[in-house]
Amino acid sequence: MGETFLEWAVFWTLAAGAVASALMVVAGRSPVTCALSLACSMIFGAGLMVQMRAYFIAAIQVLVYAGAVIVLFLFIVMLMDLKAEAMRRRGGVALLAGLAVCGPLALAGWRAMAPLSGGGGPPPAPPDEVQHIGRLLFTDYVLPLEITGVLLLVAMVGAVLLCRPGGAGDQEGRP
Amino acid sequence: MSPGLIHYLAVSGALFLIGLAGVIVRRNIIVVYMCLELMLAAGILAMVAFSRFLGRADGQVFVFFIITVAAAEVAVGLALIVALFRARRTTRLDELNTLRF
Repeated sequence: MGETFLEWAVFWTLAAGAVASALMVVAGRSPVTCALSLACSMIFGAGLMVQMRAYFIAAIQVLVYAGAVIVLFLFIVMLMDLKAEAMRRRGGVALLAGLAVCGPLALAGWRAMAPLSGGGGPPPAPPDEVQHIGRLLFTDYVLPLEITGVLLLVAMVGAVLLCRPGGAGDQEGRP
Repeated sequence: MSPGLIHYLAVSGALFLIGLAGVIVRRNIIVVYMCLELMLAAGILAMVAFSRFLGRADGQVFVFFIITVAAAEVAVGLALIVALFRARRTTRLDELNTLRF
């Protein structure tokens, strides 16, 4: 009984934190606020994954998202020296459009999830789950793994090509 | 009774909708990009929930690939934004209207 209550308390704390910081990403005025709220949301999401006992993916999420991706965003925001946005005049129209798209989607999601059963935690994780994931990666999913490696290489070359002096959009360095 | 599949899916759906609303509402291209990442993270959360509640590790392998692709996407996307900023000196989407019909 006490254990179940604790699990619900942890769940609601993490879920509320994730949703609140996601709202901060949308509502935040300065891009730095948005990036830090995004990091918070990712960390709360990783907490939810830990509660589902998916420890490996939770660690990857914190390392790659909160570690690498958000820092990259912050680098770019600082590099461009962006100021906080002024209030927009047409904010009402955009808000209406957002509601018009998200409202029906939320309704559809609710209708789809309604028949699912209520509670009960996940089955216990096998102790060697990470080994199992690694084995799957290098047996059943070895072709996607190799393709992902090529994709990372292409992305890296593309990013360097776009950002080098004389690359796209650089007026000063162009020969 | 501890939190079930539907609860984790509800959180994931809420995060996805908030991200989608941000993509539609915001006008700063970097913030729009952050909201896209938020939508990806919501998808990851749903995938992990399905994987754990079905008791199969395949979903977590997919999540591994999604995170890798998202990282590559951020690298290229931010490089594009930097190139755009160098050319046009703005990050506001309503000032980037060259391709608008």
